[in-house]
Amino acid sequence: MEDAARLLQLVVNGAASGCIYGLIALGFVLIYKATEMINFAQGDILMLGGFVAFTLIATWGLNYWLGAFLAVVITAAFGFALDALVLRRVIGQPQFAVVMLTLGLGFIFRAFAGIVWGYDSVGFETPFTNRTVRLGGVVLGQDNVSIIVGTVILCLVLYLFFNRTRLGIAMQASSQNQLAAYYMGIPVRTIFSLIWAISAGVAAVAGILLSPVSMIDVNMGFLGIKAFAAAVLGGFGSIPGALVGGVIVGIVEQLAGYYLPPGSQDVTSNVVLLAVLILRPEGLFAQNIRKRV
Amino acid sequence: MSATEALLRVANIETYYGPIQAIRGVTLDVNQGQIVTVLGANGAGKTTILKTISGVMDPERGQVVFEGKNIAGMKPDRVMREGICHSPEGREVFPFLTVHENLVMGAYSRHDKDEVAHDLEACFGYFPRLKERAHQRAGLLSGGEQQMLAISRALMGKPKLLLLDEPSLGLSPILVTQIFDIVKRINRERGVSILLVEQNAHIALKTADYGYVIEVGRIVMEDECVRLMEKDDIKEFYLGQKEAGVRGRRRWKRKKLWR
Repeated sequence: MEDAARLLQLVVNGAASGCIYGLIALGFVLIYKATEMINFAQGDILMLGGFVAFTLIATWGLNYWLGAFLAVVITAAFGFALDALVLRRVIGQPQFAVVMLTLGLGFIFRAFAGIVWGYDSVGFETPFTNRTVRLGGVVLGQDNVSIIVGTVILCLVLYLFFNRTRLGIAMQASSQNQLAAYYMGIPVRTIFSLIWAISAGVAAVAGILLSPVSMIDVNMGFLGIKAFAAAVLGGFGSIPGALVGGVIVGIVEQLAGYYLPPGSQDVTSNVVLLAVLILRPEGLFAQNIRKRV
Repeated sequence: MSATEALLRVANIETYYGPIQAIRGVTLDVNQGQIVTVLGANGAGKTTILKTISGVMDPERGQVVFEGKNIAGMKPDRVMREGICHSPEGREVFPFLTVHENLVMGAYSRHDKDEVAHDLEACFGYFPRLKERAHQRAGLLSGGEQQMLAISRALMGKPKLLLLDEPSLGLSPILVTQIFDIVKRINRERGVSILLVEQNAHIALKTADYGYVIEVGRIVMEDECVRLMEKDDIKEFYLGQKEAGVRGRRRWKRKKLWR
């Protein structure tokens, strides 16, 4: 019983950090599907989102929910502007240029955050900090549970948005066939900027959900690397794949941290990634349809 | 044809792919209610003309005048809002969206909900197969069904001018006849003008009112389709009707007259 409860706790904690990876991976995938660009600054956008929330909630003293909402909106607007002003210009350039540009942007964001918010870790009070919830004899931190619940709600909202609204379907259409979308009168450039906005907004949500568990600091963007593993695991280009990949990486990491010798925790995500790449190179949720002639 | 009543007038356009000139000064008119066809072999520049009209490619020189307004250089989504809908070569349907969603996307720029629903029914009327498959992913349709979808999707944009690029591509002869019958019905019943690009000269000349023949980026012949069909060169080089010479043999070295 003792062991089962311990295991459940580890799984929940792992799933919680996995949800964060999954949300960042979701951002990777959304942008990749639409524009075939990989945004290596995704983790740093999460960091910016966290800091914006910190300023609004801790410094300005706004209500948590209002502050979180505004932080997401601001970060999303930032994502929109980033695409409209910078990244739109590299469409059509070699993949390498895009990689360098987004990596470089990541550096800029970190430096910017360091100058504005300093290099110390900060945190803010949330309704979930240091509270627990009892689930049939198992004690779980509300912070972890809130991450999982928040991720599920966000995914549900995104699912409904992409499948039920005209704008959401137009985003899918533009991702699947850009030229045909233009022919339909869909303003593809604006749609792509909106996809960047959604990715940035999702990253901000992840940053805010993460804040009761881990402090916000300039280097938290390196979570993006594990999230990248999660995205590849899920078969880069599949949205459910990104989330499942994230959760798998999170849980494996957590279990390895407990059962395996110290230090192995940080390696496991990559070991899982390697295993998947060898056994199923297209990823777990590859989406394949051949074009008919 | 008088210039004043032309719905679309393409005047002396020159279009390049990088340094390569694909269109070398093409002029053509589409009048209100007409079906106009552009015939030509592979690589003659037929598709490029359509792409230049719909704004995917910008002409280096020349004008594209639609309803008296120069639309050359406009972005494709703006051109579409002017009333030109494009059914591209190779169908280009959205493979992971359902047939119904594809059609809804065709009407993306429209806000008249009732009319959109009405047009959707009209499309299903033209192509009942699409109604049967309305909730299947477009990527799972057969080539013919995808072509029906591509035409219907363009129709959902409520075009004044419909650009059809190779609707016969890869389809069985019987399906080609069916689709062209419907293209003709769309033109007659809805008054949509159509600019049709085809390699299948036979069916295109039977369907269209007026035809242009294009070779290596230039228009080499134009006339009413009925008269085009009677020309020896068209018969020989596009319709494949062999003409026996004096000695009862085919003259294998006959040159095209326009060269």
